[in-house]
Amino acid sequence: MGEAIVVTSGKGGVGKTTTTANIGTALALLGKKVCLVDTDIGLRNLDVVMGLENRIIYDICDVADGRCRLHQALVKDKRFEELYMLPAAQTKDKNAVSPEQIRDIIIELKAEFQYVLIDCPAGIEQGFKNAIAGADQAIVVTTPENAAVRDADRVIGLLESSHIGSPKLVVNRIRPNMVKAGEMLDVDEVLQVLNIDLLGIVPDDEMVIKAANTGEPTVMNPDSKASIAYRNISRRIQGDTVPLMQLDEKKGRFNLFRRLFGGGKS
Amino acid sequence: MSIKRNLITIKGIKDGLVFRLDERCEFDELLTGLREMLDNSETFLSGPLVSIDVRFGDRDLSDEQKLQILDILRSKRNLLVRSIEGSKSAELRENAVLRIPITTISGMVRSGQVLQHDGNLLFLGDVNPGGSIVCTGDIYILGALRGMAHAGSEGSEHAIIGASYLAPTQLRIAEVISRPPDSAEESSAHPHETQMEFAYLKDGQMQIDKMANIARLRRDLNVFKGV
Repeated sequence: MGEAIVVTSGKGGVGKTTTTANIGTALALLGKKVCLVDTDIGLRNLDVVMGLENRIIYDICDVADGRCRLHQALVKDKRFEELYMLPAAQTKDKNAVSPEQIRDIIIELKAEFQYVLIDCPAGIEQGFKNAIAGADQAIVVTTPENAAVRDADRVIGLLESSHIGSPKLVVNRIRPNMVKAGEMLDVDEVLQVLNIDLLGIVPDDEMVIKAANTGEPTVMNPDSKASIAYRNISRRIQGDTVPLMQLDEKKGRFNLFRRLFGGGKS
Repeated sequence: MSIKRNLITIKGIKDGLVFRLDERCEFDELLTGLREMLDNSETFLSGPLVSIDVRFGDRDLSDEQKLQILDILRSKRNLLVRSIEGSKSAELRENAVLRIPITTISGMVRSGQVLQHDGNLLFLGDVNPGGSIVCTGDIYILGALRGMAHAGSEGSEHAIIGASYLAPTQLRIAEVISRPPDSAEESSAHPHETQMEFAYLKDGQMQIDKMANIARLRRDLNVFKGV
């Protein structure tokens, strides 16, 4: 029996889909059997980020309405044998399925996969209720901005009063330079307000945008900082203890010392 | 005789006697009973000095009436009245701190959540921006108030709002609404002040003061702590 984890945020554009795609791919990299589920019916894009758009035949609505079997709708990833995706429908809206239908699908998927990652749509309406219906755990994604933190707080409140309980936090798109200059909230400030466990922090990285546009998740590229961050998160999900990433890149006093006297390239 | 004897019960305690006076009979009847009892127990209540505590139970006694009782007792030279109390005042003395009924609730009030309470509230936890606490009485928050708090929501202008960390988006007491100043400098004049503060209304204006001064404003919150 696998674990179903919903990735949600409240606010749009903070990186739910990117996070889902990257954590899912990173778990597959670790040899896990993973299925990604897109519940953003009508505005699907997990398939685009994964580069699997052109392989979709059936979608989650077809499964829910019994027009196909679950296996027929699953799209196998290009890179990993054990990574699958269940796409959302593009031509319908959130009311096309009910939370009970989604829950049944997730239960069926959990029997077969070790991790089922559910990409939640923005907002707290029907789409959100659908997405959390089958989940055992939740990851809340936020960026270090007041508006995103506000919405994350709202969603955490809703999750806490649902069957899921306390979610875990991912702080996405941190810009260390801005944090240092005091122009961006730092992770501690975000944590102080939200008061939930931190699952990971992800630095802002141009590679993520590039990767999303080419349909290749960032985690595939081991040189990107965001990639390492997502790999760390997936290791924490499977129970490893991984220290938090150091974001202020090599500008510590020691390195300054090294630059001045040792001439070492830092 | 037997009827009158029932009005006053005498009980020996370690260092004296407790006189329990009947709570229900007429006051005059009680005085007569007391007098007669003292006269009739000449032998019992004479000799060395005895300390006595008088308990009159639920009866409402004026100060004058208490004096009347004391006068009767003082006529016996060997009786030293140590205290005279009803059950209400004894209770008050023992539970002085509990005079103000207050409900304790813990947790977190997150964005979109509203904690409503009838009465005074002690909240252990944070109130986040977008979350609110609405209370008909006072609100005390052991934690950070970053959201909205409305004390005296049914019009009580004496209500106050206290918090360990007072950084609200808005404060409301009765009908008065207040918000922190817009300019960053003003609001960060004492940034992350570690002392607890509370908000109250003075001439219809919201005021903030440190928690230690709360008893100056609200005498009812003060208790006698000894001399």
